[in-house]
Amino acid sequence: MAATTTTAPALRRKRTRERLRIAGFLSPWLIGFSVFFGYPLIATVYFSFMHYNQIERPAFVGLRNWTYVLTQMPLFGPALWNTLWLVVVMVALRVVFGLGTGLLVTRVKAGAGFFRTAFYLPYLAPPVAATVAFVFLLNPATGPVNDILGAAGIPAPSWFNDPHWAKPSLVLLSLWGIGDLMVIFMAALLDVPKEQYEAAELDGTGAWGKFRYVTWPSITPIVLFAVVTGVVQTMQYYTQALVAGKLASGVSIGPGTVIQPGYPDHSTLTVPQLVYSLGFQNFNTGAACALSLVLFALAMAVTTLLMRRRAGLLPAED
Amino acid sequence: MTTTTLPTRPAPARTPRAAGGPAARARRKRLLHWIAVHSAALAAALFFLLPFVFVLLTSVMSDDQAMSGELWPRTWHWSNYATVFTTPGFLDWWRNSLLYAGLGTLFTVCSAVPVAYALARLRFRGRRVAMILVVSTMMLPPQVVVMPMYLVWAQQLHLAGSVWPLIIPMAFGDAYSIFLLRQFLLTIPQEYLESAKVDGCGELRTLLRIVVPMARPGIAAISLFQFFFCWNDYFGPQIYTAQNPAAWTLSYGLESFKSAHNVNWNLTTAATLLVMAPVIVVFFFAQKAFVEGVTLTGVKG
Repeated sequence: MAATTTTAPALRRKRTRERLRIAGFLSPWLIGFSVFFGYPLIATVYFSFMHYNQIERPAFVGLRNWTYVLTQMPLFGPALWNTLWLVVVMVALRVVFGLGTGLLVTRVKAGAGFFRTAFYLPYLAPPVAATVAFVFLLNPATGPVNDILGAAGIPAPSWFNDPHWAKPSLVLLSLWGIGDLMVIFMAALLDVPKEQYEAAELDGTGAWGKFRYVTWPSITPIVLFAVVTGVVQTMQYYTQALVAGKLASGVSIGPGTVIQPGYPDHSTLTVPQLVYSLGFQNFNTGAACALSLVLFALAMAVTTLLMRRRAGLLPAED
Repeated sequence: MTTTTLPTRPAPARTPRAAGGPAARARRKRLLHWIAVHSAALAAALFFLLPFVFVLLTSVMSDDQAMSGELWPRTWHWSNYATVFTTPGFLDWWRNSLLYAGLGTLFTVCSAVPVAYALARLRFRGRRVAMILVVSTMMLPPQVVVMPMYLVWAQQLHLAGSVWPLIIPMAFGDAYSIFLLRQFLLTIPQEYLESAKVDGCGELRTLLRIVVPMARPGIAAISLFQFFFCWNDYFGPQIYTAQNPAAWTLSYGLESFKSAHNVNWNLTTAATLLVMAPVIVVFFFAQKAFVEGVTLTGVKG
């Protein structure tokens, strides 16, 4: 309303001030985004076309890093397979188990607070500490789990020391830390309108029918959210796989020791681990950058595919 | 051992009057349902809690017994914890973890609050694009940008081998915290902000006097998340501090601690619990803010 009485230069000054103020509020992120995201992303693309070992000057090699990574590098296949295996199995089981514990917690009447805390607690354990604990618990020789299984007459696997059981052991470890999903599902389940259950009950719907026609439709956005964030997280799966492989292999590792990641038999080697070992152990920066971009493209492709029919996951304009 | 702490409810007394009637059948069905739910919950609680119990029991065993696979300590060696603490380097790792987690959290909160406020409350061109960029940075695997960043820290700034390459970036806004806080700020009614403006508050005063106090639960949630992220971080310390053991953090040092004490599971489990302890303690003091943060991410995300 002041516009009619304000002169044009004054209005322009006011607008400039306004813009400066907004830029001021945004400045931490503007700087952070350019310096810690924009610059390194562009530099990674640049290095992916260079031969670079962090000592000599980078030299342009065209698509050599890319063809090496995608067609010649012997470990690319196993790493990709392990990552995709974990994405499918781990995410699916996490969602099912998270929803299961969420349902359980909303139905428990006696000691609800105790159960909620008990289910949530492992999520807080630092990943390295949790992995160390699981490598100990599942240790075939000295761990308590195999002793208990043995005492019960159940043939116990070698867990992290068996290539067929190493990935399932990692899945078990991740199911142990399901607490965040449990809380998210619990909140979603408590939000389902009670009247709909009552109406379903009047219609004589059984437990499964109530879940299928009342609960499920109202929690699908949360399920999708859990799947998408789960896929993104699992694509970056690194610490647990690396630490479990290193510890289970039993070798003493000092700083600077180069070990072949993915023990046993590359069964726990994931793509992020391969990026690390290419870049920081073999000093093949160019190939590491190319591989990391393959990972990024893969993550973007999967999430875009999942979200295609669900624009609701993007921040809504209010 | 967990069962003893559980309050139990007496089963509803059955009245002989309705022994065979539909009411009794319904009651029996409810009782069976109650038993089924609670036994399932108990089984799950065992799965979640027993690892803690086993690890705790092993951490106070003697060296030999920890190798034996026996479950109950013959003698209780609480001195294992003292041994862990006096291991060379362990106190350094504590100091580094506290520095990284403490300063990292402080920097994150100070930088995320104004950005989240601008994204939630100020109108400007490119707001939606900015928001999408924030979200997309959360999807980027850290491995993609780490190589060029490492070269800058190591070759230009000569700070590799210290915790500073981990802490300094926190002063420039963490995408996850900005996103979470923005979702939180959207729930503050517009009228509060408008009345502040009518009273002559500038944008900065409004932010500090009205928004920050109202957003305290959201700020508490992002502080906790960031503290735990820093405390638990392994990849960052591995990249930037690996070459200098005096700069390691607890979560990075723990793994090499195990390698150094290859056979001593008792010391390793004691160290493991010492790494977990602060997280668990903080959680019990700040449970509400924590759970609020998790649900906020899920429901609004």
